[in-house]
Amino acid sequence: MSSHDDNNPHASRRDFLAIAGPAFAAVGGAITLWPFVSQMNPDAGALALSSTEVDLAPVKEGQAITVQWRGKPVFIRYRTKKEIDEARSVAARSLPDPQADADRTKKGAEQWLVLVGVCTHLGCIPKGQSVGDVKGDYGGWFCPCHGSHYDTSGRIRQGPAPKNLEVPQYAFTNDAKTKIKIG
Amino acid sequence: MDQHESTYKPGSRTAKWWDERLPVMRMMHGQFVDFPTPRNLNYFWTFGGILTFCLAIQLVSGIVLAMHYIPSADLAFDSVERIRRDVNYGWLIRSMHAVGASMFFFAVYVHIFRGLYYGSYKAPREVLWIIGVLIYLVMMATAFLGYTLPWGQMSFWGATVITNFFSAIPLVGSTVVTWLWGGYSVTGTTLNRFYSLHYLLPFVIAGLVVLHIWALHVAGQNNPTGVEIKTKSDSVPMSPFAVMKDLFALGVFAMLFAWFVFYAPDYLGHADNYVEANPLVTPPHIVPEWYFLPFYAILRAVPSKLGGVVLMFAAVAILAFVSWLDTSRVRSTKYRPVYRWFFWLFVITCLALGYLGAKPAEGVYVFWARIFTFYYFAHFLLVMPIVGLIETPKPLPRSITEAVLGKGAGAGSPVAAAASPEKR
Amino acid sequence: MIKMTKTSSIALAGAMALALTSAVPAMAAGDGPEIAKKKWSFSGPGGHFDKNQLQRGFQVYKEVCSTCHGIKRIAFRNLVQPGGPEFPEDGVRSLAATYKVDELDGNGKVVQRPARLSDRFPSPYKNEAEARSIHNGANPPDLSLIAKARGVDYTGPIWYHPVSMLKDVVTGYQEGGADYIYALMTGYKDNAPAYRRDATGKLTEVAETSIQRGDKTILRCVSVEKVAGKPDNCTAMADGMNYNMAFPGHQIGMAKPISDGQVKYTDGTAATVSNYSADMAAFASWAADPTHDQRKSLGWQVMLYLLVTSILLYVAKKRLWREVH
Repeated sequence: MSSHDDNNPHASRRDFLAIAGPAFAAVGGAITLWPFVSQMNPDAGALALSSTEVDLAPVKEGQAITVQWRGKPVFIRYRTKKEIDEARSVAARSLPDPQADADRTKKGAEQWLVLVGVCTHLGCIPKGQSVGDVKGDYGGWFCPCHGSHYDTSGRIRQGPAPKNLEVPQYAFTNDAKTKIKIG
Repeated sequence: MDQHESTYKPGSRTAKWWDERLPVMRMMHGQFVDFPTPRNLNYFWTFGGILTFCLAIQLVSGIVLAMHYIPSADLAFDSVERIRRDVNYGWLIRSMHAVGASMFFFAVYVHIFRGLYYGSYKAPREVLWIIGVLIYLVMMATAFLGYTLPWGQMSFWGATVITNFFSAIPLVGSTVVTWLWGGYSVTGTTLNRFYSLHYLLPFVIAGLVVLHIWALHVAGQNNPTGVEIKTKSDSVPMSPFAVMKDLFALGVFAMLFAWFVFYAPDYLGHADNYVEANPLVTPPHIVPEWYFLPFYAILRAVPSKLGGVVLMFAAVAILAFVSWLDTSRVRSTKYRPVYRWFFWLFVITCLALGYLGAKPAEGVYVFWARIFTFYYFAHFLLVMPIVGLIETPKPLPRSITEAVLGKGAGAGSPVAAAASPEKR
Repeated sequence: MIKMTKTSSIALAGAMALALTSAVPAMAAGDGPEIAKKKWSFSGPGGHFDKNQLQRGFQVYKEVCSTCHGIKRIAFRNLVQPGGPEFPEDGVRSLAATYKVDELDGNGKVVQRPARLSDRFPSPYKNEAEARSIHNGANPPDLSLIAKARGVDYTGPIWYHPVSMLKDVVTGYQEGGADYIYALMTGYKDNAPAYRRDATGKLTEVAETSIQRGDKTILRCVSVEKVAGKPDNCTAMADGMNYNMAFPGHQIGMAKPISDGQVKYTDGTAATVSNYSADMAAFASWAADPTHDQRKSLGWQVMLYLLVTSILLYVAKKRLWREVH
């Protein structure tokens, strides 16, 4: 109070206060941004829809069905003996993304192949589900966008895709193994 | 931009290079850092900054809400409920936006009445004032359009009533209303266009705000004495002095805002708007949001449909002419002993009209609404011109500096008080 | 429960002309029934829902109200989430499985499957038309927003109104819906009030106890109107309507929904209509505002932060301006 016309003794305290207030306000402003960022994440309704159940009984050998899970297509193929053999005869180590067919199916239900039908390159949906589709050089799936070939285990064999088609988390929900729950 | 020269000095070679090509930093520095601000501004002058904050909040929260909102008659109400219930922090953002509209109007009313009290509309600030009236007008349109979007009962019937104002236009009224609706009543088609316009208009407001601030920085800020800045000692640089004061005021305002957002989010709304729109049933008692109530009272005070609508629009439009209706040579009401009484009577009139607007249009309420409607217009058309001519103002301080330093002495008031009462 | 079949709307929403004309004209705004402000666990800035009360409220809803009223905005998962009734997840999962929701099978036929946590409560009716055909043309309102869609009108003297408004802001009064639901559920009377008409035609309310059997001068009126130069006008209750103290106009289609002892509470709370009503009102309040607890607990942190920031800014401003003055 006494010497307020002389600035110097107070300069540091003044500077501190002049910075502390606005700094505090700025921190608060930054924290306030969080709700505005967070609101873009999946909402409670979308999070709750994380699983879907599929009845496999109507699917016959050699056929494939596509179901939706979290808004994405899931390929389910009832593989023929020939397709399974093809998938198993390849040495996993020689592949771009090495993985054995046995690690991509459930034991005792090797005929069922369940894949997220999204090309690991840039997200297109590969062809190969319908009867007349191009299935690629390895009899599995072929992505028309940039020419990735997947084999009968859904593994990348040729083309720009870096990874095998993803196997979602799923489980058989009955003993006859005709129903699965994905997610 | 104006007579004030920026003292900006580029701090680096890059800054210098940039400054020679696009001197945006120089301009910002000149307008918002060392801009001379009258040293005697009171807290009513912090509302300009507060209003900028309100606009920013409405824009940001609105853009975010638009990411989740669905403008369809079938899904609008449901999508708002999902925002409130399921979207991460959706309840907070939606509440901010809804409460924010009220806060925006609260601040704008303080700002307008401050302008009226201190004569901020008088030369050379007429254009500044008129741009302000335009902002207020677009704000009202935006708020009305936005209130329609949740598609509750009040949204729907509010939209029906307000759009029907235009049916009062002679000859083409119903054609205009059908055109506004895109149908023969308010429907999902109407909702879609209202949504589009509600998204557009805030950017129009933002543009007008830029012009408003530009005009303000040409004329310079008014101040409680109404005496212009004459010497350097009359002013302080905007930053840090005015900025720090504005920030503090903003902090206090944010507390009020937050109180409503967190503890009374529905206080300013209406229960009926939590009932989904039903085109077959009108709620028994429709009222607009509180910030429109005075105008609603004026509308209903007039027994003729066209007359009511015309008077209601005139009540807003008349604000644009106060620069010329007020004949006083003195800006600030502080130095106007007679007008001061009328000013407060005008404030009471607006509050009373607001109260009456919320009441049913029957019996004694209509009577009082007419009395106050009469004074509302009389204030502009009779009081402002006449009092300005006959009143003897109190002596003005010679400068802002004198007003600040002479504050302790309480100078001038006894003389002026003695002079004014017989001025009837 | 049996009474519920005759239940009709307590709401204005969707009520057709008949219900409206009988209920509304009698009520000039401002003379709505007086409804007491009740103390709730969720009242005011520090309020939060009482999980046990919400569980009891859900029990009342499920055993009584759900026969006629849906809660379509509530998903089963909401019953588990924090700030709500917080039932154990497994219990809710099996509860959900007792409800059926429509789904398309592989052949395009609509089939029903047990509901999951992610599903919302199915409506008790296929559509509005079915609801109306069951309830004499009325549509029982969905209860998921009812606590916000109803409120309490100010009924005091005009001069006190501004003070009352300010008080509501300061205390954060947002429980008008809950107060109304409680008042409505506890506001049933067997009969409309009794009035005696004197020789001049004036109607005076009389106590039930003073009425003698077969007294012809007694009239039952839901409302009484003074008409200049004529005898007072008595509005009798319409057929099939019920008298309710809290309902605007006092004539409500919904019969008294619940009686003492009807719902068996397991936590020792007395099985009274008053408790049922309070619990249901609390449940409805939560259903209308499931983020309520989160809102209020974030609220005080924000308020505290703003207070500290404002004080810091004020001190900074004071120091700064000291040089100028």
